[in-house]
Amino acid sequence: MKPILSARHLVMQFGGLRAVADFNLELFPGELVGLIGPNGAGKTTVFNMLTGVYEPTEGTIELDDRKGGVAVISGLPPHKITRRGVSRTFQNIRLFKSMTVWENVAIARHAHVPYTLAQAVLRLPPFGKAEAEVRQEIQDLLTIFKIDEKAEWRAANLPYGEQRKLEIVRALAAKPSVLLLDEPAAGMNPQETIELMELIRFVKDRYQLTVLLIEHDMNLVMGICERLVVLDYGRTIAEGLPAEIRSNPVVIKAYLGEDAVHA
Amino acid sequence: MRILKNLLFLSLLGAVVFAILQTLIVTQVLDDYTLQILCMAGINIMVALSLNLISGFTGQLALGHAGFLAVGAYSTGILLIAQVPMPLAILGGALITALLGFLIGFPALRLRGDYLAIVTLGVGEIIRVLIINLGELTGGSAGLRNIPGYAANIMVNNPAAFLWIFPAVFIVVALVTNLMQSSHGRALISIREDEIASQAMGVNIFGMKLMSFTVSAFIAGLAGALYAPFIGYLAPGGFDFLRSVFFVIIVVLGGMGSLTGTVLSGLGLTFLQEALRTNAKGWSQSVASLFGTGSGGFVIDLVPMSQVLFGLILILLMIFKPQGLLGTKELRLTKFWHRGAK
Ligand SMILES: Nc1ncnc2c1ncn2[C@@H]1O[C@H](COP(=O)(O)OP(=O)(O)OP(=O)(O)O)[C@@H](O)[C@H]1O
Ligand SMILES: [Mg+2]
Repeated sequence: MKPILSARHLVMQFGGLRAVADFNLELFPGELVGLIGPNGAGKTTVFNMLTGVYEPTEGTIELDDRKGGVAVISGLPPHKITRRGVSRTFQNIRLFKSMTVWENVAIARHAHVPYTLAQAVLRLPPFGKAEAEVRQEIQDLLTIFKIDEKAEWRAANLPYGEQRKLEIVRALAAKPSVLLLDEPAAGMNPQETIELMELIRFVKDRYQLTVLLIEHDMNLVMGICERLVVLDYGRTIAEGLPAEIRSNPVVIKAYLGEDAVHA
Repeated sequence: MRILKNLLFLSLLGAVVFAILQTLIVTQVLDDYTLQILCMAGINIMVALSLNLISGFTGQLALGHAGFLAVGAYSTGILLIAQVPMPLAILGGALITALLGFLIGFPALRLRGDYLAIVTLGVGEIIRVLIINLGELTGGSAGLRNIPGYAANIMVNNPAAFLWIFPAVFIVVALVTNLMQSSHGRALISIREDEIASQAMGVNIFGMKLMSFTVSAFIAGLAGALYAPFIGYLAPGGFDFLRSVFFVIIVVLGGMGSLTGTVLSGLGLTFLQEALRTNAKGWSQSVASLFGTGSGGFVIDLVPMSQVLFGLILILLMIFKPQGLLGTKELRLTKFWHRGAK
């Protein structure tokens, strides 16, 4: 099988700090891969390179162009990468706070609306129909995550856990083929976390997504991820099945320090 | 079908409003002086609305809208003097200003941060200096005189101007409202809220900012274009930085991101400014006569007091209601309309 996304030899240099060094990843269609590592390992930086927030200092990122070929996406601006099918959530929640829940999701549909500016301003026929359809699609997505009843709420007024869910709904609305989730369960209690992980698996199957999920608590992702990549100080220190990773001494050392290996 | 019905409804509404206004004018309920202030308010509202689009909704601070007003006014004035028909001259003034907006926005909006504020501030001043130094074409610092008015008879120019400006304001408010209640409008607001997230959701933030700024320049230019034949005489002094600040005050007072707020505060502040201007003259004269230095002697100028008062309003607002009077709220006529239909 051909990878849907492949990153080769990615390097991200911030002045004197090499936040990510020689990062390689191949994501295959339908996979759910976990990207784990201690604080400051460089996980979010990898996401920022994959989505165009930062241009990699070195290396290339290729994406399946859905037409049988591949396209280089490194160097493209973020909105173009999103339109090609990679969308994400943010670790430090970045909702459009003063906008309503449904409007937040609608932003992700903007690139897909069939009407032009002139048609919108003059309220010509494509406008009303398209708006009604967008509303319906958004309502359906919100229902999956059980926040449909709060569609008219201001995003800032949602409880924390639901803000995290709204981030996911918004990313889904961009119609991605690859979904990147940056610590989607951060700040949730264990029960909420389990529910969320099940939900992620559900939408992955329903929308035929490939998911890359960041989490720094290793135990959380063991159950749901099919494959794990472990980062430490910007380097990939291990890669493989959850069971292999759990017993890998290098990984244990990275997480718990030198003593744990010998204990 | 719905469109036809809406169009029919709108033109009927327009005709009725027009007839009512005509009656009010003929019966002198709206006297010449009131009409003049209302025209001024209409112009101010349009510029403030255009500023709200780029600064309030899109979140990109612009500080040179008096410059856009000037470009629209001078372009139309020059076209009118060259005997270009009124509708063409007005459209021309607005289009020239939009083009200028595009040319400024293209480099300035590529950069992150508040570059637009600095660039527009500079361009606003450059425009004024250019106007002063363009000699024959603009009339220099002496001003551009004898611009043909809306009516051939100068005595009825104000009523004629009102019947142009009022519908224009109405249409601009309606179209900008439509814009803001569409996907494009939501995308603009998302840029104000969080540029990184907006981009990550597929919004071309540079393109949208440029669109917003160009439309903003068009509307401000249109206001200037409508202003020229109303006032008949343009002087560069009227388009200085303080004028730009006046528009910022209208927007901030009404609420960054509220169209209704802009309309109300534009109306209110224009009347307030007019009251201050006329009364300040009276006050300064009475102060002068108190000191027995009436005619020919020294007269204390209290007109700048209005600037002080506006500054004070702004400071009080920042302390007690930083989101403006209406925040981002809107009053929607369609709400009542829908309610009535149910
Ligand atoms: N824009 C930046 N400029 C300079 N240094 C940065 C920048 N972004 C990230 N870093 C640094 O790069 C390193 C990796 O950061 P990153 O946010 O990718 O870690 P992370 O694995 O996501 O950690 P966490 O689990 O805390 O989210 C850190 O040392 C961080 O301080
Ligand atoms: Mg992180």
